[in-house]
Amino acid sequence: MPTNRVEKSLSTIPMAELVQRAPFVEDFFTSHGLALPGEGVSPSAYFAALDSELLEDLGLERQGLTERFMAYMELLEELKAGSGGSRIESITIRGGHDKSGQPEALELTIKPGEVVCIVGPTGSGKSRFLADIEWMAQADTPTGRSILINGRIPDPGQRFSIEHKLVAQLSQNMNFVMDLTVEEFITMHAESRMVEDVSTVTAAIIDLGNDLAGEKFTPRTPVTALSGGQSRALMIADTSCLSTSPIVLIDEIENAGIDRKRAVHTLVDKRKIVLMATHDPILALMGDRRLVFKNGGISAIIATSAVERANLALFEEMDAKLGAVRNALRKGERIEKTG
Amino acid sequence: MKLVTIAGPPSSGKTAVTVKAIASLQQEGVQVGVVKFDSLSTQDQALYEKQGVPVTTGLSGNLCPDHFFVSNVCDCLSWGVQKGFDLLVIESAGLCNRCAPHIQGVLAVCVIDNLSGVDTPKKIGPMLKMADVVVITKGDIVSQAEREVFAYRVRQVNTNATIMNVNGLTGQGGHELGRLLVDAPETVDLAGKLLRFSMPAALCSYCLGQRKIGSDFQMGNVKKMAFP
Repeated sequence: MPTNRVEKSLSTIPMAELVQRAPFVEDFFTSHGLALPGEGVSPSAYFAALDSELLEDLGLERQGLTERFMAYMELLEELKAGSGGSRIESITIRGGHDKSGQPEALELTIKPGEVVCIVGPTGSGKSRFLADIEWMAQADTPTGRSILINGRIPDPGQRFSIEHKLVAQLSQNMNFVMDLTVEEFITMHAESRMVEDVSTVTAAIIDLGNDLAGEKFTPRTPVTALSGGQSRALMIADTSCLSTSPIVLIDEIENAGIDRKRAVHTLVDKRKIVLMATHDPILALMGDRRLVFKNGGISAIIATSAVERANLALFEEMDAKLGAVRNALRKGERIEKTG
Repeated sequence: MKLVTIAGPPSSGKTAVTVKAIASLQQEGVQVGVVKFDSLSTQDQALYEKQGVPVTTGLSGNLCPDHFFVSNVCDCLSWGVQKGFDLLVIESAGLCNRCAPHIQGVLAVCVIDNLSGVDTPKKIGPMLKMADVVVITKGDIVSQAEREVFAYRVRQVNTNATIMNVNGLTGQGGHELGRLLVDAPETVDLAGKLLRFSMPAALCSYCLGQRKIGSDFQMGNVKKMAFP
């Protein structure tokens, strides 16, 4: 929604000056299929002089163009203002009811830096729970849940704001559909976030991704050539640095090609709220709490106990053993030793 | 009765997300009907019927599907009123990206999918740029970064629209889309209302059935490319 952050006379300023103020201003013209205005020409003057036939061909209306331009400049301002990090201090979920109408007696507050695991069989309501958070439900979804941001009912306008999107999802079956190198890909994302120093941020993300990935990749590796683990590592690095969403949902991290523990810690360090749908014991016990889903509702909240934490060490040992066997297989060795 | 136009490129998931949104509204007791426009043939009628949605199909055959749509839209509205629907959804074929069935004062939805690539938003004309609601589909199979870039590129060309992600397979977001559809303004009569944008001009010899190639056979609204 327009917040009148930008001055009204903006569209009468010559392009050369506008570009100095906001380098991304040129994108408005290219994204609408228009040639760039000359340096000394203001957007308003440029729109007035456009050929009617060209506008007809492009499917644009002259009288709406200045308005669209101003809305775009507002968007740029909003994105710049929003890139200072999330200002979300807590998210509270007030219980609704399960599929049979049984009340869900809970009020759950999650803060940045927390890891919460989500467990339960398929169809138990895990996706609906995330959808409730994303939609900032106000007792207007099938579960009747309500979501509070920083202890307050959120402004309804935030529901559709791409700048305030609450949940970033790192799903297991994600693909890259673009044929770009790692560097081009991250650069494109950084540019859409209006970050100040695109190349530094891009390099930092690629380094971080490489830290998390088992096998290294270079800035010139095509994203489509990355392994599953490398893709996941790159996306965790990318999301932790570039996404403005305060919540990151991870559905399972496969046990190959990525340091799972460090991946989760990376997100925690960046003050993300990490929601992890997992039935992997090591990941599940890394969480502070786990939400148990049943019949569309949260049936229990289990805080990870000291005994469970102690068991984590045991599971990690077992995991390391299995990992060693896997490596031996990869190297073409016999796996007759089990000790 | 409330009226909504839904448009989008072929295979973007228009029918899938519409079915999910309607399914959620049906549970609340909202009576929804659909008119599906297509050009040659469509299996979508069966998809709606399976969901128990009253549906009528309009096939444009050798006419421009969007021109065919405008010529029939008043009758669609009458059909919906006669059937006693609370909400009528008109789903168009949306074949050329320059066309848009959107009508002033009628809720306009555009469906596009993440798989079509981040340059797609700039290639689609009034169908996207003048929509009130933009539904982005197939988000589950692309990376988070691509989803964010895609949504941003949509926002670049349509700063005022409500942008939302809906998964046509699992139905995630379908309930929320349904809420937006039932909030559409009431439409009593369409006669005299304006399309949000003119449809592409098309009146040349080829519109009239000419098949021979060559300048001797080109008549009417003919436009020539410029070569460097």
